[in-house]
Amino acid sequence: MAIAEKYAKQIEKTFSKYPDKRSAVMPLLYIAQEEYGWVSPEGIQEVADLCEMDSTQVKSIAGFYTMYSEQPKGKFWLQVCTDLACALCGADEYFEALKQELGVGNGETTEDGMFTVEHVMCLAACDKAPMLQCNFHYKEKLDKAKIPEMLAELREEAKK
Amino acid sequence: MNILLRGREIKNLWKLKTYTDNGGYEGLKKALSMKPSEVIDVVKASGLRGRGGAGFPTGVKWSFIPQSEPYKYVAVNADESETGTFKDREIMETNPHQLIEGALICAYAIQATAVYIYLRGEFWDVGHALDERIEEARKAGFAFDNIAGSGWSCPVYTHLGAGAYICGEESALLNSLEGKLGQPRVRPPFPAQKGGGLYGEATVVNNVETITNVPWIMTNGADEFKKIGTEQSAGTKVFCVSGHVEKPGNYELPLGITMRELLYTHAGGIKGGKQIKGILPSGGSGPVMRVNGNDDPILDTKLSYEDMAKAGSILGSASIIVMDETVDMTWVASKVTQFFKHESCGKCTPCREGTYWLDKVLDRIMADEAELSDIDLINNVAKNMAGVTLCALGDFAANPVIHTIKNYPDDFKQHIKSKAAVAPKKVAAAGD
Repeated sequence: MAIAEKYAKQIEKTFSKYPDKRSAVMPLLYIAQEEYGWVSPEGIQEVADLCEMDSTQVKSIAGFYTMYSEQPKGKFWLQVCTDLACALCGADEYFEALKQELGVGNGETTEDGMFTVEHVMCLAACDKAPMLQCNFHYKEKLDKAKIPEMLAELREEAKK
Repeated sequence: MNILLRGREIKNLWKLKTYTDNGGYEGLKKALSMKPSEVIDVVKASGLRGRGGAGFPTGVKWSFIPQSEPYKYVAVNADESETGTFKDREIMETNPHQLIEGALICAYAIQATAVYIYLRGEFWDVGHALDERIEEARKAGFAFDNIAGSGWSCPVYTHLGAGAYICGEESALLNSLEGKLGQPRVRPPFPAQKGGGLYGEATVVNNVETITNVPWIMTNGADEFKKIGTEQSAGTKVFCVSGHVEKPGNYELPLGITMRELLYTHAGGIKGGKQIKGILPSGGSGPVMRVNGNDDPILDTKLSYEDMAKAGSILGSASIIVMDETVDMTWVASKVTQFFKHESCGKCTPCREGTYWLDKVLDRIMADEAELSDIDLINNVAKNMAGVTLCALGDFAANPVIHTIKNYPDDFKQHIKSKAAVAPKKVAAAGD
């Protein structure tokens, strides 16, 4: 079903916040991503129609920001901060260990479609380094020795 | 003393009832009993300066808004993306109503049409919680219609970004809110002027920490606020301390305390009893301070806008990243450059191309494959980026390179292959 029908209430509330429909493009892209798992061509077109924009303009917005995924992602999108403050506290080593455990490189998805791993810039949690963002929720004060445990918990969560 | 991080002393301060039991929304009521221009005068008299980094006097900024315009906006900058900054997040999580109250006082002072709180997209959970707090405030009559029975109305909305450092730059933030690419605008007109703000209307853009001070100032008065801090830097500041300290975290302290007191008394000193080598006092974007061990008198520098400038650095947003004696500062320059290369929005050529080339040459230096002339090369590239871009990102990206080379030349030279064989080649400096 198109997002216009499925998320009608949420979309209407979003439009009511702004004097200009175009301002809703970012919140609506999040809705499209929620529906399709990424900002797919049909999602882009639907957002463009709703915001009365050209689909090329919407696509350029989606491409500009890192939190819109322009390709299908794993069930869990693990974004590890490897910026300076985290790196001083072992974030690079943590990121290496995580990639090794999952057998993937930066930006890649595991064969079972469960995990996508990538490194990102500062996530404003430098006092709790190393840390990562798992589907937009923070996991902090991480220990590379506990990576298998964390992944097992997420696999369990996926079954629910 | 806590003005902003009161949530550490008062349990459940994020709840509306706890907040109002502890004087919450009294500042707004007081403001509503005054003329809007009188509210601006109080904020001006308090000496409050912008906490996002620039330190511009807040009341003066508000007074730029042309009162005769029918549409005006308040945009709260909660994009908090500077490397090493994590203060606004704690403020919003533990003391959200004080932010909402402050934003509404600002809105009343400039007679705004609406308030938008622009949060970085990664603050997904914080933003959704803030929506609930705004809804509670609305139901209690503190937001939206007929606020506190005054007859004055103003809606408050959140807006989530989606991962772009540049959207913390005020004009890029406004573009992003309008559904355009988050790239900086040509100024003038400035956001506070007609034609320069949100939807072309005059707009106040203030940082979360700045705005959250305002209810306290309204309740306690400008004179009480001025008693805290130094003459030119009134009030407290939330210092974000990260890196090689025993107790990283946020510390709210009066402006004007020394770096030594912050790092050694509050943050527990250098991790593992090591010696300190350097400090980035304003995240990745400010000039690095060279520190020669734990006894260096530079640590007695006062943390105020004026004293940090005198010491050759900036207070900025006070995101203090500490590096111990084991850190190779070339690696620091390379890490920070990677950040700016990633975050350059691509609009201005010097920044887009400059960050790319700095990163490429720094990679070569880190791989011990560079010539001595490469140090001059990156210094020259960096100097050619400063001051020639639409926003400050070009200068920010140049800083870590210029100042680490200046302060730690030996760290760079140790990476140069066949050190003695290569004579330094003169490369024309910027402006030559």
